[in-house]
Amino acid sequence: MSHARILRGCLIALAGFLACARAYAIDPTQMPTPELQARYEGLTHELRCVQCQDEAISDSPAGIASDLRGEVRDMLLAGKSDQDVRNFMLARYGDFVLFRPRFVLKNAWLWLAPWTLLAVGGLVAWRVVRKRAELVAADNEPLPDDGSP
Amino acid sequence: MINRFLIPVVVFALLTVVLAIGIVHSPDKGIIPSPLIGKPAPPFSLPSLTDATRTVSSGALRGRWYLLNVWGSWCGTCREEHGMLLQVRQSGLVPLIGLDWKDDDAQALGYLQQGGNPYQEIAADRTGRVAIDWGVYAAPESFLVNPEGIVVYKCMGELTPEIWQKEILPRLTKAQASTS
Repeated sequence: MSHARILRGCLIALAGFLACARAYAIDPTQMPTPELQARYEGLTHELRCVQCQDEAISDSPAGIASDLRGEVRDMLLAGKSDQDVRNFMLARYGDFVLFRPRFVLKNAWLWLAPWTLLAVGGLVAWRVVRKRAELVAADNEPLPDDGSP
Repeated sequence: MINRFLIPVVVFALLTVVLAIGIVHSPDKGIIPSPLIGKPAPPFSLPSLTDATRTVSSGALRGRWYLLNVWGSWCGTCREEHGMLLQVRQSGLVPLIGLDWKDDDAQALGYLQQGGNPYQEIAADRTGRVAIDWGVYAAPESFLVNPEGIVVYKCMGELTPEIWQKEILPRLTKAQASTS
């Protein structure tokens, strides 16, 4: 069997799997317009499943995840904004449900710590580099003429 | 020259302390702190499981303490908790209000017939809509609500005698002591 035939067979199989993926997705919800669909998918990917906590509600087969997806769908269909949906979940399940944490006082360190560490690291690196440059500059100064040939 | 080696050691020691505090204080991953504590109980009005002509509503429960217990005949831990609930009922200290979560009515009634009914009233939340308002995510869950309709405590998972003794009883007796 030639390589081209094997390759073609693989590609056909892959196309078949991709075509089926949609049908086996956990969430088959279809919103009436592409805009709503995009917002729906965005929200269900950034809301955390409260039962299986390392998944978003879009990926979780848990019953509560499917109920919460239904809430998101109904709220979007009722004309609510993305922030309305987030606030709804926040009021019931707390900060835990947001995979994208809010910037509030008790979360502030979460947002500020990386920048602080980066600034400290940058400062240290800058000082080290400057010190080394001074050493090199000192090294390049001509040696005092001691009269040797 | 000594601080060249001292600085990393001190930084490492500090990091160890920070991480140790994090490990010791990290909350149990299975328990999400409820944002409802100290807030008004979410209002609801649902048909009664035991009497189809009646409704169970949060408004009618105002003015007295109650313990809202979220359960289902499909829920294994609820079975383990059932004996404790019957004891609570027998104690007469606080009325138990059941929220039958996403259950089949016939199965729920069969479950109570077999194990005994610890509840004063049972609201049938067939769609699970009210449970979402209460931030329920895994049965059993129990909410202690005061006469002003404020949620004062939430027990996630099985209501054990220890939790009853340590968390619920003190809140009930403290409130009674201050009113009398």
